[in-house]
Amino acid sequence: MGNSMHSMGAIRFALFRLLAAIPTLLLVIAIAFLMVHAAPGGPFDEERRLPLEIEANIAAAYHLDESLPEQFWRYLSGLAEGDLGPSYRYREYRVAELIGAAIPVSLALGAIAMLLALLVGVGGGIAAALAHGSRRDRIISALAMSGISLPVFVIAPALVLLFAVYLGVLPASWSGADGGVSRYVLPVFALALPQVAYITRLTRASMIEVMNSDFIRTARAQGLRTASVVRHHALKPAMLPLLSYMGPAIAGILTGSVVVEQIFGIPGLGQLFVRAALNRDYTLVLGSVIFYATLVILLNLLVDMLYGFLDPRIRQR
Amino acid sequence: MEGKHRKLSSWFLTAVAVLVVPLLFACSGPVDNGGTLLNRGVGPEPESLDPHHTRTTQAHRVQRDLFEGLVGYSADGVLIPAAAERWEVSDDGKRYTFWIRDTARWSNGDPVTADDFVYSFRRLVNPETAAFYGELMIAVKNAPAIIEKKLNADSLGVTALGPKQLQITLDYPVPYFIGQLALVSAYPVHAANIAEHGDSFARAGKLISNGAYQLKNWELGSFIELTRNPHYWNNAATQIDRVRHHVTVEASAELYRYRAGELDITAVVPSEAYAQLAKDRPDELRVAPFLGTYFYGFNLMQEKLRDNPKLREALSMAIDRDVLTEKVTARGEQPAWSWVPPGIANYAPQRFSYADLPRAERHAAARRLYQEAGYGADKPLQIEIRYNTAETHERLALAIQSMWQDVLGFEATLINEEFRVLISNIREMRITELFRLSWNGDYNDAHSFLSIFESGNASNLTGYQNPRFDELMQAAAQQVDPQLRRQYLEQAEREMLDDHPVIPLYIHVSKHLVSPRVQGWQDNVLDFHYSQHLSLRDSNDPE
Repeated sequence: MGNSMHSMGAIRFALFRLLAAIPTLLLVIAIAFLMVHAAPGGPFDEERRLPLEIEANIAAAYHLDESLPEQFWRYLSGLAEGDLGPSYRYREYRVAELIGAAIPVSLALGAIAMLLALLVGVGGGIAAALAHGSRRDRIISALAMSGISLPVFVIAPALVLLFAVYLGVLPASWSGADGGVSRYVLPVFALALPQVAYITRLTRASMIEVMNSDFIRTARAQGLRTASVVRHHALKPAMLPLLSYMGPAIAGILTGSVVVEQIFGIPGLGQLFVRAALNRDYTLVLGSVIFYATLVILLNLLVDMLYGFLDPRIRQR
Repeated sequence: MEGKHRKLSSWFLTAVAVLVVPLLFACSGPVDNGGTLLNRGVGPEPESLDPHHTRTTQAHRVQRDLFEGLVGYSADGVLIPAAAERWEVSDDGKRYTFWIRDTARWSNGDPVTADDFVYSFRRLVNPETAAFYGELMIAVKNAPAIIEKKLNADSLGVTALGPKQLQITLDYPVPYFIGQLALVSAYPVHAANIAEHGDSFARAGKLISNGAYQLKNWELGSFIELTRNPHYWNNAATQIDRVRHHVTVEASAELYRYRAGELDITAVVPSEAYAQLAKDRPDELRVAPFLGTYFYGFNLMQEKLRDNPKLREALSMAIDRDVLTEKVTARGEQPAWSWVPPGIANYAPQRFSYADLPRAERHAAARRLYQEAGYGADKPLQIEIRYNTAETHERLALAIQSMWQDVLGFEATLINEEFRVLISNIREMRITELFRLSWNGDYNDAHSFLSIFESGNASNLTGYQNPRFDELMQAAAQQVDPQLRRQYLEQAEREMLDDHPVIPLYIHVSKHLVSPRVQGWQDNVLDFHYSQHLSLRDSNDPE
């Protein structure tokens, strides 16, 4: 009975949060729409200027000759029908197709990188925390620190140089592997390494704090083994700070890293979004904003719900 | 306790191994699906493969493999018959008749007909197509009125005289018209293909093309793969079976891919690696003159610049182009002392009167002009240079700032802007003073460079107006005699150079890395390299 009441409450909470997200999303779209149109330069401007009549024909074909409110209304009407509009840069493609083609790539890469980062980072963090102050702790902390200090634009080319150019055991680019799984290896490492470092530090700090708390001392005094203490008592509370970090981190990693995608030539979301902004591809920019905002809203909701699961105090509130 | 830690660690290591090891073992080199495969770097993602919707170099690189116009280019950049086996031009230079090859075929086996070209040219000028280069047809009868929506596209002066005979009627003679017909926008599209698939016809699985290759696969953001068009009229002479155009945004990433053996030809060469490559791989580095001029333009709407030709001349004279090309760009570029680059057919680029003066004399003359223009130590010039974000533009601006400081004694203000912000500012002509741009020729004719200085030309971004220049350009446009026309154009360039609406800084070069296994590569000023002209040497073949 109590459980079913609790799950009903969780569903109500989730529904409320989702409904509350709609006006937020609309506001985000309106601001993004105004901002992209306010930015100097249009989607069809290049060094070579087209004759004015041709510019006018292109503007008419994309309704850019209409007033901003008319264009906004047209966009919202399309959106209500689930249409994100045509891309202005990639003229034969709809925005939904472009984002749809990039999502699986970024999702697969991001998910593997995040799993790897969690596995190595949480494991490393716990290992360092349990040996707090020892040589192992110092080595892990130093590695994590260097992982944070080394930017992706240094790590990624270094990986390519070593494994693709000198050793020749991995492809240097996404298309170089001809569809093989090997194309994931270097980008996954490049994406995961900074996350590993950050998660290691976060887990270590949190774990040290939890392990020094009274309830852990009590559990230990009862003669429980360390592994058991960690698994049954320390892990859950120690994961709370990590969980807060994971929401935006997952959104960030799933929407692609521009640097990694550019270096490895990966057809992911990161490149698509940046190119959209640089090309003034209005509809693609708006589509990207909607996608990213929705992802952040959903992931934050998920994190909040997981928080409730991990921390009973929040659940009771 | 230690033992428990070890248990935890071993659990953790096993988990990592489970996740990572399969990935490492999955490593495999490129899979060959049969036939010779040429891997080319194309640069950033082409915006489309519809010939009427493209205008970037990268899209045109792929389209030159997929489609074929009435005329084309040989490997060394000479105009040659393509879909049309021959043509005739009327004595007044206004009527062109083309005979299309009997053997010309689309990739689905349909014959290429005169009607295909009529349909395609009408589509190109039709306002509803919203094509970028409808102006290509501007001299064709009724084209301007069609573009301005005053006439229907059916009234375009292009007629099929028979299934294989096409006639194009111009309003006035255009000596470079044949060259324009070799451009991508003049390529034909298959009417039934568009009727069936609408605007999305130019995608893998749908596109019907008439070039040496057909579209097999387009993995957005990654690569475009082409296979032979078995119906292509010259298929027997085509040697490479498959071509992959690989998308790479970063020049340095493209170099890694070349070095890893994934690319046979690169789209560009990163500037920072040029010197090392010239030393390590001189035979693979292909640098050739290109029809493109890098320049600083004056905004002549600004009073201090418009009314002061001596100042413009002084600023131009004080810049040492040799230093810029040798020390700043340093990738084989040529100093620009003319506007029209060398290599243009039937034309001799005109040079600034001071181009051959010794440096000291040139600088002294620049100082004199600067003072005559009303500036000096007590009244230094205040001017802004705008350029878009890129290392080369920044370094050039810094060098020029330093040269002006040394020779004329004033410090220009440098303003770095995002590309489209810069373009927008240049077009508005309100806040810009001096701006950097490049101008590349579409076709091998001086008109492609000089026309942008005509009053009313949309690309006249300096606001330059000179009735004498306009007259000379007009006289050249009406001239059928190539020698007389050349004289008018050369005179027009001299007139323009004397007015200094721009400071040409250097002539671009094309830069590629070409693997030793690629055969048949020939440098040319248009930087067109059709895959059908290339072949691959087997690794077992002797060099």
